[in-house]
Amino acid sequence: MNDDRDLIFSNIRKALEPLPERAPYPEWDAEMPICREHPEFAERWDLYAYKLQQVNGTPLRGLKALGEWLVAAGQTFGYCDPKLVDEVRAEPAFAGITLETEFDRARVDEYLFGITLASGAIAETGTVILKDKETSARLGALAPWTHVAILRPERLLASTAEAIASLGDDPSVIWATGPSKTADVEGILIEGVHGPGTQICCLV
Amino acid sequence: MTPTKTQQSIDKFARDIDAEVHDSVWGGAKKTSEARYAALERDFPETADKLRETAGKIKQHTLENLDKYLAQAEASLQANGAQVHFARDGDRANEIILDIMKQAGATRMVKAKSMVSEETELAHFLEKNGMSCVETDLGEFIVQIDHDHPSHIVKPIIHKNRRQIAKSFEREGLGEYDDDPETICRRARKFLRDKFLHADVGLTGANFVSAESGRLTIVTNEGNARFCMAANRVHIAIVGIEKLVPTDRDLGLLLNLIGRSGTGQQLTVYSQFIKGPRTEGQPHGPEEMHVVFVDNKRTEVLATNCRDILRCIRCGACLNVCPVYRQASGHAYRSVYPGPVGAVLSPLLAGSRFPELADLPKASSLCGACNEVCPVNIPIPDLLLRLRDKAKREGAKKASAGTPGMGMYALLASQPTAWRGAMSMGKAMNMTPPAVMNIVPAAAAWQSARQLPPWRGGKFRSWMKTRKHAHDA
Ligand code: SF4
Repeated sequence: MNDDRDLIFSNIRKALEPLPERAPYPEWDAEMPICREHPEFAERWDLYAYKLQQVNGTPLRGLKALGEWLVAAGQTFGYCDPKLVDEVRAEPAFAGITLETEFDRARVDEYLFGITLASGAIAETGTVILKDKETSARLGALAPWTHVAILRPERLLASTAEAIASLGDDPSVIWATGPSKTADVEGILIEGVHGPGTQICCLV
Repeated sequence: MTPTKTQQSIDKFARDIDAEVHDSVWGGAKKTSEARYAALERDFPETADKLRETAGKIKQHTLENLDKYLAQAEASLQANGAQVHFARDGDRANEIILDIMKQAGATRMVKAKSMVSEETELAHFLEKNGMSCVETDLGEFIVQIDHDHPSHIVKPIIHKNRRQIAKSFEREGLGEYDDDPETICRRARKFLRDKFLHADVGLTGANFVSAESGRLTIVTNEGNARFCMAANRVHIAIVGIEKLVPTDRDLGLLLNLIGRSGTGQQLTVYSQFIKGPRTEGQPHGPEEMHVVFVDNKRTEVLATNCRDILRCIRCGACLNVCPVYRQASGHAYRSVYPGPVGAVLSPLLAGSRFPELADLPKASSLCGACNEVCPVNIPIPDLLLRLRDKAKREGAKKASAGTPGMGMYALLASQPTAWRGAMSMGKAMNMTPPAVMNIVPAAAAWQSARQLPPWRGGKFRSWMKTRKHAHDA
């Protein structure tokens, strides 16, 4: 295998040697890829909510709204990050909802929803950011039909550029922008292919 | 890259030959991919081209300093606890992956979409060696159960309709015939979920790799690549050596381009940044991460004057916009990469088999649309001309004027009248790509296309001759 490494590197050098000069790295402004073509909003959250809805995601404000949404949807059994569970259970709207804090993969399809902590969100795109160190269970955020990301207001970022700058040293950062989807079958949009069919971001 | 003088004059020539021909092809082509292209122009009305040019320069810079960035990426990944492997060709890559599986005591792989794994025919190789390997991208899964080939790099089953898919599902025991797309998706979800949960190894590609941090960026819409890293012990990423970018910051720019260019999305649903095994305390996901960097003739391409094609981020925009691709569909390109990008890349990656694909560079009317939509601003028409020259120098028969091969599609596609003429001939219906692709296997479609009487005369032909002379002079 080391032969292959040496061979590849030597072939690269040989290929590049004849070049009279190497293309320089271009100067570019971090602001350049930020999209500003959207309506004006008073608050960053409002832009976020607008963008999330554009990708068929569901923005909610407060645990009360979340509890009511889940009950109305008949989703009364799910997974919840153990670090969030006390706060969630304290909300009266969750009275009729059962939460498990350990994700049992043998019963993966029984969980109707999974509640985990968002490490951030991106207003410009309607994205939820999940970092491995703060996501209590990868499957809990992925396998149930509904994923709820609990977002703290100070973690809402403006742009993808800010979000890139805040990747930190986490080994697995996921940006989720709306529900899982495909258009593989005749170009028709279907949501909930392998991941959540409903993506909620709840500002708490 | 600034277009060369040759390209500009050729393009101008192509536009001058017949305004009507040009407009109808260009206009029609543009319409269908408008939704995709518009996303970029809508969001960046002033700067769309600036974004594309900058991204192109970043990739070009990376390629021209690939030794440095590849070594840096390797070191970063190792520092993150990932194991890095190098494979000179597809066979070696497959062996490395088989070996990783054996060492991990693994027998079951779930696999996300990866174009380089199509090059190496990984799934086939693993199955031959007693491993199970299930494609989990819906389109690729359908391709796999049908023993078919993808016909588009982003939409692998663009050539299939729902009735065919429903029949395949019925045949595979996934339920009674039902061609409702939602039902099809739900059945796939159920079937593949079981595979995810019982797999040992998840295999993914990578769209970009940051040399600075070692971060692999993987984009999907379905979430299958996430699942490939949620329920199993080992993650293997198979990555072409050209996928590098210098810094994380560059990832941000490219992510903003790939979704918009490929499918008209601001971002694809899932963008994953993976740089090592799972964190301590995380109950799910791989404890082991391997990255296999594959050459498979990329260094050969790097040594040619067509190296710009290695900037490609596989967004598919050039396919969607290409009149020839639309007429011919993907299988006509007889290789892993169809469309304009494939017309350049496939013959180059074919190595000594270059002559067999030497007609592909002719599969273009040089209308320039591919260059205009390309998020990394690859001057594809320019590269096609360089390859045509190469073909001529090497005396590749298929590339000579007048032979059918892909050149025929290019001629017909650029000449609505000729195309209509072809349509009214005996076998003509076979030429309609949707009809062709829906009724008969790709190879047969290709054969029937080749039996069309040679196309005679016309402005394009004489233009080709004139151009040839101009070029020779
Ligand atoms: S050549 Fe450009 S437009 Fe075509 S697939 Fe590659 S990046 Fe996309």
